[in-house]
Amino acid sequence: MPAEVIALILGMAGITFLTRFLFIAVLGRVRISEKTITLMQFVPIAVLTSLIIPALLAPQGRVDVSFKNEYLMAGIFATAVTCRTKSLVLAIVIGIATILSMRLLIA
Amino acid sequence: MAVAPNFADNLSCCSDQSLVVQNEFYGKTEDDPVTLMVNEHDREQFIAGLKAPLPLALGVISFGMAYGILAVQAGLSFLESTFMSLTVFAGAAQFVATGMLMSGAGALQVLFTAFMINSRHFLMGASLAPFAQNWKLRWKIFLSFLLADETYALAMTRFSKNAPSMYYQLGVGLNLYIIWVFSSMVGSALGPVAGNPRAWGLDFALPATFIVLVVPMLRNWQDVAVSLTAGVLSAIGLVWLPGKWYVTFASVLAVALGCVLVKLCRRK
Repeated sequence: MPAEVIALILGMAGITFLTRFLFIAVLGRVRISEKTITLMQFVPIAVLTSLIIPALLAPQGRVDVSFKNEYLMAGIFATAVTCRTKSLVLAIVIGIATILSMRLLIA
Repeated sequence: MAVAPNFADNLSCCSDQSLVVQNEFYGKTEDDPVTLMVNEHDREQFIAGLKAPLPLALGVISFGMAYGILAVQAGLSFLESTFMSLTVFAGAAQFVATGMLMSGAGALQVLFTAFMINSRHFLMGASLAPFAQNWKLRWKIFLSFLLADETYALAMTRFSKNAPSMYYQLGVGLNLYIIWVFSSMVGSALGPVAGNPRAWGLDFALPATFIVLVVPMLRNWQDVAVSLTAGVLSAIGLVWLPGKWYVTFASVLAVALGCVLVKLCRRK
């Protein structure tokens, strides 16, 4: 492996670890209250949603809000499936089937 | 011996059961070694943690393979791609980084983007910190390294109902780490012949996994409001903010809104 690639990968590893470790290390002495726990439950909801929506609205980097955006449609179907079954396998299968069939139909 | 038939149905291994039997038979006398009880409890937590990500495995495998394929096509060797999965262990950042390398981006640009995508971990770390306050430093380091989105989501869901356990988090993290590394290796091996993983819709695995994680978390209207706000703000941030800042921007503001909503409700 060339040295610059190793350096780049280790740099990414270091940065990633730092973002994960810093607050766990620094905020180690926070006292935990019932209220804090309630509020903390909003964090995963907010983080996950703000990863989902852009991935669906702009799968290729450009925002596309239309019925022709196959990722958006796949996301809508996958959400509907999840509300009923909570099965990731079904959500992925239906999502990818939507994407592939829309590409076939449009192309 | 009356408990024996139950153990036949039990999935955990034999050495676990003999410990349980000992505890049940000798009762909770003062002589009873407390450490044994603690170890038994920790082991149960660890095994529960190992099992917890299994329903998500397909998502992690698909995305890991998509990453491996893309990494090799971006010019990384099999070893380099695997080395990245072993040391970085962050799907979204690895996926975007290899995509940027493919389009000829410089190292600094890649590192900065990795930082921006990963800055959401600050928020996750901050919310886990109260649970982690009694952990030894080496545990903090190790569990931080294993802190993926899925690990975090599963741990938070669990800790909202059960006593927080670092062994549970360890089980979840290790399981996801092994699945991630192996599926990225398979992807890297297939890379030269696989074609574009996006053409197969494989990159949908990541948003699908997150959808399955987040939907059960929406238990009341405040949760839904936070989710909708994060969705709208991330879309706005996607258009108006540079790079990947939209994740952190939308998350921080949506959580702040959640805090305000809870306070308003308490006052009534």
